[in-house]
Amino acid sequence: MSVPLRLRLAQRGLDSTTLLIAPAALFVVALFVYPFLYGLVLSFQPKTGGMFANYARFFSDPFLYDTVSRTLWIAVPVTLLNLLVAVPVAMRVRRMRRQRLLTTILVIPITLGTVLVAEGLLNYLGPQGWLNRALIWAGLADAPVRLVHNYWGVFLSLVITGFPFTFLLTLSYVTGIDPALEQAGAMLGARARARFAHIVLPLLMPGLAITFCLSFVQAFSVFPSAVLLGAPAGPTRVISIAAYTAAFEEYDYAMASAIAMVMAAAQVGTVILVLLLRRLFYSGPVSGGKG
Amino acid sequence: MQRSLSERLWTTAVWAVVIFFVVNLFAMIGTVVLQSFATRWLGTWLPVAYTARWYGSAWDEFQLEDVLLVTFQAVGAVVLASGLLGVPAAYALARREFPGKRFIMLLFLLPMLVPPITYGIPMATVLYRAGIAGTIWGVILSNLVPTVPFVIFVMVPFIEQIDPRIEAAARVFGAGTGRLFLHVLLPLLAPGILAALLLVLVRTIAMFELTFLTAGPDSQTLVVALYYAVFAAGVRSTQSINAMAVIYMATTLLWLLVALRFVNPTQIVTRARREGA
Repeated sequence: MSVPLRLRLAQRGLDSTTLLIAPAALFVVALFVYPFLYGLVLSFQPKTGGMFANYARFFSDPFLYDTVSRTLWIAVPVTLLNLLVAVPVAMRVRRMRRQRLLTTILVIPITLGTVLVAEGLLNYLGPQGWLNRALIWAGLADAPVRLVHNYWGVFLSLVITGFPFTFLLTLSYVTGIDPALEQAGAMLGARARARFAHIVLPLLMPGLAITFCLSFVQAFSVFPSAVLLGAPAGPTRVISIAAYTAAFEEYDYAMASAIAMVMAAAQVGTVILVLLLRRLFYSGPVSGGKG
Repeated sequence: MQRSLSERLWTTAVWAVVIFFVVNLFAMIGTVVLQSFATRWLGTWLPVAYTARWYGSAWDEFQLEDVLLVTFQAVGAVVLASGLLGVPAAYALARREFPGKRFIMLLFLLPMLVPPITYGIPMATVLYRAGIAGTIWGVILSNLVPTVPFVIFVMVPFIEQIDPRIEAAARVFGAGTGRLFLHVLLPLLAPGILAALLLVLVRTIAMFELTFLTAGPDSQTLVVALYYAVFAAGVRSTQSINAMAVIYMATTLLWLLVALRFVNPTQIVTRARREGA
C-alpha cells in the first residue's frame, strides 16, 4: 500500500496529459450528447396529451408519416445510383497517374455545398437553362422538360453533391486493396470481370457498406435543396422539412424533437440493416500478406 | 496485355459518365457566373450584353458588408477554438492508452457521422432555451460540434507518426512542458494543424444547416444569407442573387485553393484511414 494513487493512475495511462482530452470531451457532451438526450426527453413531453402523444400524432397524420417514405423514396435511389456509378469509375481512376486533377474537380461541389448547387441548378435545369436548350437542340425533347420544383430537382442536386462524396470515399477503399491480389488472379487466367467479381468486390464489400451508410445518411437528411429545388409542400416534403416546420414555424419544440428522433431512428435503423447484410460477405484483411 | 472490345467499350462508357458529370458541373457553375454579369438573359444561349452592376446592387441589397464580417468573425472563432480544443485532445489520444479510450473515440466519431440537421434541431432547441442561439455565439458553438472531432481525427494519425523519443530527448536536455510544446511539438505539428484548420475553415464557410438553425437576423453567414435570397427569389432580380452566389463561390473556392496546397482533396471527404470505420 505504498504506491501513491497518482502513480497507479499513470500506470493505467491516466495522467495530466490524458486530461487534455477533457475540454474537447466535455464540449461534445454538452453540445451533442446532452441536447440529444434533452430532445429525447422533450419528445415525451408533448404540448397536449400523454407521453406518446407526439409519436402517436406523427404516425397517424399522413402529412407527417408520409415524409419518411418520401425521404426514403429520394434517398435510397440516389445513394444506390451514386454507389453503382462510383465503383466502376473508382476502379478505373485508381490506375490513373494524375488522379489529383479529377479529385480536385470533384471536391468543388462538396465544398460549395447544397445551397449553391441548388441556386446553380435552378438556373441550369430551368426551362430556359442550358440543359433544356441542349435537349431541344439535340432533338431529344420537343418542349422544355420540367426538372426543377419537383422530385427530379432534388434528385439531381443530390447526385451533384452526393456522387463526388460517394466516389472519393469509394476511391479511398479501392486504393486500399493490394493490387498484387488482382495480379495473382490475372496470372491464373482470370479475366477482368472475374477478377472484379471474385477478388475485388468481396474485399470491397465492407468499405462499400460504410460508404452506402454515410452517403445514405447524408441524402436522408437533405434539407436546403428539398426546399429550394423541390416541391416542399408536396412530393419532396422530406422529414427534415417537417422537423424544421414544427420547430421554427409552429414553435412546437417537443414535436420537432420527436420528428428528429424518428429521423435519427430511421437513419440508425438503415445503417444497422446494411451492416447486418454486410456480415453475409467476407470480412478480413485487404492487403496481401505472407500468411 | 490484349484487351477485348467489350473491355474497351466499358472503359469508354466509364469515362463518358465522368466527362458528362464534369461538363454538367461546370455548365451549372458557368450559368451562375454568366447570369451574374448579364444585363438580360432570356431565351438565348448567351446573355444579350454584360455588366458588372449587379455586384454593386447585391452588395447593398443583401448588406454583404455585414454578412461577410459576421462570416469571417464566426469562421475565425470556429477555426481558433476547434484548434485549441481539438489539438490537445488529439495529442492525448495519440500518446496515451487508457481504459475507455474506445468509448471516447466513439463520442468524437458520432458528431461527424450523424448529419447536422438531425442533431441540429434538438441542439438549437437547447441553445434557444439558454438564450445563446440567435447570436453569433450560437453560430460559433454549433459549428464547433462537428469541427472539434474533425480536428481530432485529422490530427491523431499525424501525431502518432511523430517519434515520441524526440519529446523524451527534449525532456532529457531539460526542457519543461512549456518549452517542449513551443520549441519541439508545435514546429513538428504545424503542417498537420495547418491542414486540419484549413479544412475546418472551408467546411465552416459552407456549413449551412447548423448556422441556419442557430443564426439570428444579425448573425447570418454568407451561405445562410444566400439561402434566404434564393428562398425569396422573385423579390430580388435573379442577377443580383447570382452575383451574391458568385461572391460566396469566390470566398469558398479561394480557401479551397489555399487548402489544396497543403492537403490531398480526398481528405475533405475521407478522414484518417485508421478511424476504424
